Amino acid sequence: MFSEAAVREIQEIRAKYPTARAALLPAIYVAQREFGWLTPEAYEAVSDLLGVPRAIARGVGTFYAMYRQKPMGRHVVQLCTNVSCMILGAERLVDFLKSRFGLEPGGTTQDGRFSLVIMECIGACGTAPAMLVNDDFYENLTEKSIEEILGKYR
Amino acid sequence: MEKVLLKNIENPHSADIDEYKKAGGYRSLSKALDMASKDIIEEVKKAGLRGRGGAGFPVAMKWTFASGDPKFPKYLLCNADEGEPGTFKDRPILEKNPHLLIEGMVISGYALGAEYGYIYLRGEYPAAKDILNKAISQAYENGYLGDGILGKKTRFHLAVHQGAGAYICGEETALIESLEGDKGQPRIKPPFPVNVGVFSKPTVVNNVETLANLPYLIGIGGEAYARIGSPECPGPKIYCVSGHVERPGVYELPMGTSLKDIIYTHCGGIKGGKKLKAVIPGGISTPVLPPEKIDCPMDFVNMPKHGSMLGSGAVIVMDETVCLVKVCYRALKFFEHESCGKCTPCREGTGWLRSILGRIESGEGMEGDVDLLLSVAGNIIGKTFCPLGDGAASVTQNFIKHFRPEFEAHIKNKGCGARQEKL
Repeated sequence: MFSEAAVREIQEIRAKYPTARAALLPAIYVAQREFGWLTPEAYEAVSDLLGVPRAIARGVGTFYAMYRQKPMGRHVVQLCTNVSCMILGAERLVDFLKSRFGLEPGGTTQDGRFSLVIMECIGACGTAPAMLVNDDFYENLTEKSIEEILGKYR
Repeated sequence: MEKVLLKNIENPHSADIDEYKKAGGYRSLSKALDMASKDIIEEVKKAGLRGRGGAGFPVAMKWTFASGDPKFPKYLLCNADEGEPGTFKDRPILEKNPHLLIEGMVISGYALGAEYGYIYLRGEYPAAKDILNKAISQAYENGYLGDGILGKKTRFHLAVHQGAGAYICGEETALIESLEGDKGQPRIKPPFPVNVGVFSKPTVVNNVETLANLPYLIGIGGEAYARIGSPECPGPKIYCVSGHVERPGVYELPMGTSLKDIIYTHCGGIKGGKKLKAVIPGGISTPVLPPEKIDCPMDFVNMPKHGSMLGSGAVIVMDETVCLVKVCYRALKFFEHESCGKCTPCREGTGWLRSILGRIESGEGMEGDVDLLLSVAGNIIGKTFCPLGDGAASVTQNFIKHFRPEFEAHIKNKGCGARQEKL
């Protein structure tokens, strides 16, 4: 079940479109925030609220890389390893996250503090290598700067 | 050249409507609303404006098709799903100059008779979402959006629609599917979106940079605009340069600036005085060029004559230390990940290319693998639903075309000298 605030938020989103179905992607974002990840209950809540079949809500939700199909850590490190980042050392950073934080691509640290998602270009190629931590951009990364940045996320 | 698209971005408050107005913002909208809508399309035609998303389609032609369709309402969609690897040209417009885009969208909407617009913004740009939403509210409060814009009968409503991490949604029909609340899988054409687009209505999809050109174009007029840059393909262009150059970043230059000038004059040459090995000129889907082929004008018309494409104007520069087998492998890993799965040649073919490149890269390549890659690529190209598969195949073909000995050596020596890190 959605909170009352989430229901209102989705109804406001719904009003921006001529069809309820068009509100599906933004509603899944709201569900992800409310439930932490896209649990079966989250998909049911979206489906019931918008009147979209459950199989459709789930089918659409699982198509997109940024929707979380499993529980995540408190902070999600989204590191780009595409070509512009790769040729400037992104893979070294992947190795560093593993050795320093025990953080593997697609995995979560045992204390639930961080999850690591490998990204396909985040549009920060001129300041590569780059990552997002939750919604914040960090650019021109080095092992040293990553360590400092992640230290801020408890 | 005076900056048009990246004007004022050094101003920390450039995204605010008051700053934008102080710098002359929204004057072109007022001028445009005093013109007949068909005269605006005529100016765009005179200007020779081509879409900046990658395909370079003439904007006036697309608009004419949509405005001529009798169905209402019509929709204007801004493609802000900037996902082509190496591309970061739209992000400064979205984050620093959102009102330029909004003004461009209102003018465009008026010209083609669209009263509703959406900005399809990629999920990876969370900051831009907040900035755009704030700018849209300000534009509503100031009477530049909504019903009765600037006291006239014109109405235009605009909202941001956030994508969720799918490269394929940059393809216009996949974008439309995604906006309608579906998986981002391309539609068969025809019908074209200009006739049957989002919510089955006439729809124009234009890139952020394209729409951001409108206020300036209307301000100075089509003829004056056509005198900037390449005669066949005029206007200002944002080139975004990454990789091994001294000064990577975004550069707004006249369309048709030479790739060599971009790298050596504007970006200060190869980082640390190293030797240039290869350049991808227009985002990862465009054919790679060897150093001896970079003296070419970067525009939609001339790049194909020089063996590549302008694409998104995303220049990726690679020095002598880079292993190109690894770059090609990484590119195919990307295409495999992003293939939407709808059509077989792309879904299966990208996986096969990635797999063969992966074994070559890791030193397990077999004799005949290079020809096998070419055979698989040949079975993808021209046989897919949308350009994603063509991109994947042509990337492979062009890396082999220009750097075949490196692939062969990789197989023979079970690895390469440039290999420093594992994937």
